[in-house]
Amino acid sequence: MLYREAGQFKTTYAEDMAVFPIRQDRIGIAVILLVAYVGVPLFASSFALTSVLIPMLVLTLAAIGLNILTGYAGLISLGTGAFMGVGAYACFKLTTAFPEVNVLVWILASGFFAAAVGVVFGLPSLRIKGLYLAVATLAAQFFLQWCFVRIGWLTNYSSSGSIEAARRELFGIQITGPGASDVARYLCVLTLLVFLTWIASNIVHGRIGRKWMMVRDMDIAAELMGVRLLPTKLLAFAVSSYFCGVAGAMLLFFHYGSMESIAFNIDLSFQILFMIIIGGLGSLIGSYFGAAFIAALPIVIKFAPQLVGLELHSAHVDQATVMIVGALIIFFLIVEPHGLARLWQIGKQKLRVWPFPY
Amino acid sequence: MDVLAMILVEPFARMAANPAFFVQVIWEGFVSGVLYALIALGFVLIFKASGVFNFAQGIMVVFAALTLVGLHEAGVPAWVAVALAVGVMYLLAVGIERVVLRPLVNQPDIILLMATIGLTRVLVGFGELLFGGEPKIMIANELGIPSGVWRIPLFDRVVIIKLIDLTAAIVAIAMVAGLGFFFSKTRIGRALRAVADDHQAALSVGISLEQIWVIVWFAAGIVALVTGIMWGARSDVSFALEIIALKALPVLILGGFTSIPGAIVGGLIIGIGEKVGEIYWGRLIGGGIESWLAYMIALVFLLFRPQGLFGEKIIERV
Repeated sequence: MLYREAGQFKTTYAEDMAVFPIRQDRIGIAVILLVAYVGVPLFASSFALTSVLIPMLVLTLAAIGLNILTGYAGLISLGTGAFMGVGAYACFKLTTAFPEVNVLVWILASGFFAAAVGVVFGLPSLRIKGLYLAVATLAAQFFLQWCFVRIGWLTNYSSSGSIEAARRELFGIQITGPGASDVARYLCVLTLLVFLTWIASNIVHGRIGRKWMMVRDMDIAAELMGVRLLPTKLLAFAVSSYFCGVAGAMLLFFHYGSMESIAFNIDLSFQILFMIIIGGLGSLIGSYFGAAFIAALPIVIKFAPQLVGLELHSAHVDQATVMIVGALIIFFLIVEPHGLARLWQIGKQKLRVWPFPY
Repeated sequence: MDVLAMILVEPFARMAANPAFFVQVIWEGFVSGVLYALIALGFVLIFKASGVFNFAQGIMVVFAALTLVGLHEAGVPAWVAVALAVGVMYLLAVGIERVVLRPLVNQPDIILLMATIGLTRVLVGFGELLFGGEPKIMIANELGIPSGVWRIPLFDRVVIIKLIDLTAAIVAIAMVAGLGFFFSKTRIGRALRAVADDHQAALSVGISLEQIWVIVWFAAGIVALVTGIMWGARSDVSFALEIIALKALPVLILGGFTSIPGAIVGGLIIGIGEKVGEIYWGRLIGGGIESWLAYMIALVFLLFRPQGLFGEKIIERV
C-alpha cells in the first residue's frame, strides 16, 4: 500500500529512463536529504558526527570510486588507498601553494591529479585483466606509498613527514583545519558527496556507464560491437581515481586534519574493497550501504557486548572485527553476491506488490 | 651526462670494484627469491588444480608457522608439534573446501579471489585471537635447522653464507622436485591436472572434485608450513609476513600462474633483481625501493608477455 505506483504514467522516454521513476522514491530521497541536512546537524552528538558520520560519508565516496572501476567496469583494483593518498597530497600542496583560492575548489581539483596517476597505472589494463591487473594496481599502491615517504617536496619537507589541513573558511565560517566546527565539516562533506554522487549517477546511467558494463560483462564481445577498449578502460580508471582522490583530500581536510603516509596503506584499499563487496558490486546505493556497514561494524562490536554486560578487551574487539568482516565477505559472496543493495531492491519489490507475494 | 653515468656506469663500477660483495648481494637475493618462490608455489598448486587465485596463501604461511610455535610453547615436543601443525593444515583445507569453495563452484574468478581475501581476514583475526599479535621466535634449533655460518674466501674478501639460508634453498629445491614428481607421475597428480583443465570433464570421468580440492589445499598448507618454518627461522614469525607474502604475486606473473618451474625462476628473478636494484641503484633515488621494485618489474614484463615466462597462452573466444 505504501508503494503503489498506479496512476503514475510515463509519457516521455526521459521519464521512462529516470533514475527515480516512482514518485515515492523521489519523496523518499527528498526526506533523506532533509534529515541529513537539517535533522542530523540539529540532533547528532559530536561523537556521532566526527567518529561515525564524517568518515562514513568520506569512505562512501571512495567506495563509489572503486565501485565505478570494479563494479561497473570489472577491473579489480587494490590500489585505492594510494589513489586517495594522491588526492590528499595534491590538495595539501595546492592549498599551501595557492592559499587564496577556496579550499573546496582545491579539493575538487585534487581529484584530477589522482585521475592522471590512475590513468598511468591503468595503461596495462588493455593487455591484462583480472588477477594480473590486481598486481598492476598493487604496484601503484606500493610505489605511490613510497613516493609519499621519500619525496620531501610532497610534505613541504616537514620533519614529521605528515601533512596537515590548513585553516580555511567558506562564507566566513571556518570549515577546515583545527577548530572547525563538527557541523560545518559534516555539511561540507555531505554536500560534496551528494554533488559527486549525482555526477556519478549520471555517468553510470549514460552512454559511458553502458560501455563500462559491456566491457565488464565480456570485453571481447564489446570490442566486436565497436567499443574501443583502451579509452573506455582508461576513462574508468580516470573517473574512479578522481572520486578516490577527492575522497582522500576530504579524509585529510575534514576528518583527520593531519595524516601520515601510512594511513594510505593497503589496509585502506582492502577496507574500501570490502565495502563494495558487502554493499553490492555495480551499484551506487550499495557503496552507501557498504560504507555504512563497515564503518558502523567496529562500533557495534565495541558497544554491543557492554549492553549485555560483557567487558571485552579492546585488542579482542579489533580481532573480532577483522574476523567478522572476513566471514561476512565470504557469507555475502555465497548467499548474495550482489550485496546489501540487492537485499534493498528485493525489499522494495516486496513493498511494491504487498500484500500480494508477486 | 652525469645522470646517465650515475645510472649506467657507476653501479657497474661498484660491482667490479668489490666482487665479493656483489656475490654476497646475489646470494642474499637468491635466498629471498627461494622464499618468494615457495609462497608462489602454494599459489600455483591451488591455481593449477582449481583455478582459484588463493590470496590467503601468505596468511596460511603465517598461520602454519604460528600454530607450530604456539604448540611448542604449550609444551608439545618440536617434531610432534610439526605433525600436529600438519594436522591443523589438513583440517583447514577440509574447512575451506566445505565452507568456502563448495558453495562457490562455477562462480567467476573475481568472486573466488574476493572470497580468499575474506578468508585472509578470518585467518588474520583468528590467528591474532589465538596466538596474540606479537612476533614469535621460530623453533629452528629444536627442529635441527643448523644456525652457523660459512665464510668463503673470495677475491681477498669473505662471502658469508648462513646455513639456515642454505637449508632453505635445499629444502625448496627438494620440495619442487617432489611436487613435480607428484604432479606428473602419480594418479592423484594426474587427476589434479585433469581437474585444472576442465572441471566438468573431470567430474564426468569420475574424479571427485571435493576430494581433489581438499588434497590440493592440504598440499598448499604443507608448502605454507615449510615456508613458514624457513622464513620464520630467518626472521621472526609475525603477521608482517603477510605483506611480504604479497611479493609472491609479481613472482607468479613473471613465471606464469600455472607453472611450477615458473614460480621458481620468477622467484629468483624477483629476489635477485630486487636486492641488486636496491643496493646498486636504490640509493640514486632515495633508497627503500625494495618495496615496489618487484611489482614494477612484473608490470613492465606484463606489457611484453602477459602470460608470463612459462604460462599457457591465454586464448579467448566470444
